[in-house]
Amino acid sequence: MRHIDFGRGYVRLKGLLKWRIDTRNIVVTAILLSVTVIAAMFALTMGSVELTVREVLAALTGQAEGTADTIVVEWRLPRVIAAIIFGAGLSVSGAIFQSITRNPLGSPDIIGFSSGSYTGALFVMLVLGSTSYMNVAAGALAGGFLTAVLIYLFAFRKGTQGFRLIIVGIAISTILSSLNSMLLIRNEAEVALTAAAWGAGSLNGMDWGQVLPAMIVVIFFLICAWAMNRPLREMELGNDTAMSHGVRIERSRFVLIFIGMALTAAPTAVMGPVSFVALAAPQIVKRFTGNEESLIPSAAMGALLLPAADILAQSIVQDAILPVGIVTLSLGGGYLLWLLFRQARSVY
Amino acid sequence: MATQSDAENQSSAVQHDSRLWTEDITLQYDDRIISQNLSVTIPHKSFTVIVGPNACGKSTLLRALSKLLKPTAGNVFLDGKDIAAYKSKEVARKLGLLPQSSTAPDGITAANLVAHGRYPHQNLVRQWTDADEAAVLSAMDVTNTTNLSNRFVDELSGGQRQRIWLAMVLAQETPVMLLDEPTTFLDIAHQIELLELFKDLNQQGNTLVAVLHDLNHAARYANHMIAMKDGQIAAQGDPREIVTEQLVEEVFGLRCTIMEDPVAKTPYIIPLGR
Ligand SMILES: Nc1ncnc2c1ncn2[C@@H]1O[C@H](COP(=O)(O)OP(=O)(O)O)[C@@H](O)[C@H]1O
Ligand SMILES: [Mg+2]
Repeated sequence: MRHIDFGRGYVRLKGLLKWRIDTRNIVVTAILLSVTVIAAMFALTMGSVELTVREVLAALTGQAEGTADTIVVEWRLPRVIAAIIFGAGLSVSGAIFQSITRNPLGSPDIIGFSSGSYTGALFVMLVLGSTSYMNVAAGALAGGFLTAVLIYLFAFRKGTQGFRLIIVGIAISTILSSLNSMLLIRNEAEVALTAAAWGAGSLNGMDWGQVLPAMIVVIFFLICAWAMNRPLREMELGNDTAMSHGVRIERSRFVLIFIGMALTAAPTAVMGPVSFVALAAPQIVKRFTGNEESLIPSAAMGALLLPAADILAQSIVQDAILPVGIVTLSLGGGYLLWLLFRQARSVY
Repeated sequence: MATQSDAENQSSAVQHDSRLWTEDITLQYDDRIISQNLSVTIPHKSFTVIVGPNACGKSTLLRALSKLLKPTAGNVFLDGKDIAAYKSKEVARKLGLLPQSSTAPDGITAANLVAHGRYPHQNLVRQWTDADEAAVLSAMDVTNTTNLSNRFVDELSGGQRQRIWLAMVLAQETPVMLLDEPTTFLDIAHQIELLELFKDLNQQGNTLVAVLHDLNHAARYANHMIAMKDGQIAAQGDPREIVTEQLVEEVFGLRCTIMEDPVAKTPYIIPLGR
């Protein structure tokens, strides 16, 4: 039989699963995941007590004695695993929104979901006066969802798409940011400081109990995202073409937005807003894979980026641990500027 | 002349044998009504061409025929059943649409774009089968695009790109194809090439509905013609019967004289100017 020259290599599965998988996506994903494992190992060795790789491996396989075991399995592992899973979630969320808006600027951190989560968390901490971890997380979750609903209603009333979502999102995000500042200013310094620290986005001091629920949520929605990848790819051909292929566009878009929102909201509820992973990771990975079908490679890229940024956050300043959000903010800020310049140039 | 008598047979067969028609549909965007009480019949296995001035509702009609736009009154019927009762994917296996404008994702290769036409035949478990492969190969052969398969779509010429989009619709393997201005932006040679391809596809038993802007092409290639004005049907039938000076003036506001195309023996419109 003759074969199609797709201009790219594919691995074909012909068993129960009849799939055609982009070879380059497989290679890129495999490389990223390998580097992630190495980064994770490195992250497990670092901290106030420096461990060797051998000690870490012993602890992971349950062959270490007391302290090393506690340090690795109870203290460091939840942080590292959470960074990997949350990074994947944020990145896939970004990939979904960028794809729906057809704009690299259309990621959840730019269009206001993170600001909304922050508002929710601030409301719980400053207005309701609770700093319990679960309450703050619930507040962040509610804030993120409410913002998303608001943006959705404003931007998608008539099934309009793309740029409108970004503009509405940025507007709402700006309003929320000033609201956040106001909430912070009007409160006593001590509470406001705790709240501001949450707003920097950090993985410091996470234990299994804190990260596990959000991790399960993220993994669940990552699987949902994967299942919705095909309609998402159709939607990139334009609404009419997608519909003529049998995609129920309104429904698919709603489901995808919900998934994207959950993938941002769950990690944000736990860490606080960690921006720019969602913005940058899907775009960076596209340069490696050279195609759009990149939800899985995007996940792998986010899974590497967030722990890597967290390692950086732990090692930049001596004797202190920066919030990972600060690191992604400064790295991502530069990327955002570059992106804005490039888009402005292509418009004018 | 074989084609002419074929066309006649088909035209007369029309009214009794249609698998796609509308009954008194109202089409609107929000409050703006585009068509009201529109009843259109697409003859089975015809090559139907829709003509009419800009913004008269041709694309809107195609969108209604393909379940993209839900009529606010009336029904669209496909194979004897209300199209609203079909699942979207079921419709997509019976009826393909080439919209007036589409966007190709950045960096997609031609064969991958054509492969998108297979979507309605696939699901999560069965994402790529030998049938998909065969359909894409054949669609690209028919449209003469096999040699472009590994090229980036955004690096192709307008004509090549249009043929790739058409190949995508063909890969869908539907007995009915709706084509919205498939020849616009193409040079005359490429237009004719495409129209000949439509004619072949029609003769192989496919029902084709195309919106065309060139009345002479429409009159020459269509075996059923629908002239629209302001969302309504001004005339429909065999182009050799309905294309008259009065119709052109009524529909397009253009004074003209009509001669016989010396090659195809179909009506040939010559504008008079002012
Ligand atoms: N998505 C839409 N929303 C609102 N109005 C529309 C939309 N699409 C088309 N229209 C309007 O409907 C009318 C008919 O459009 P259309 O069917 O595209 O005309 P044609 O294809 O004959 O040029 C036009 O006035 C156009 O402005
Ligand atoms: Mg049109």
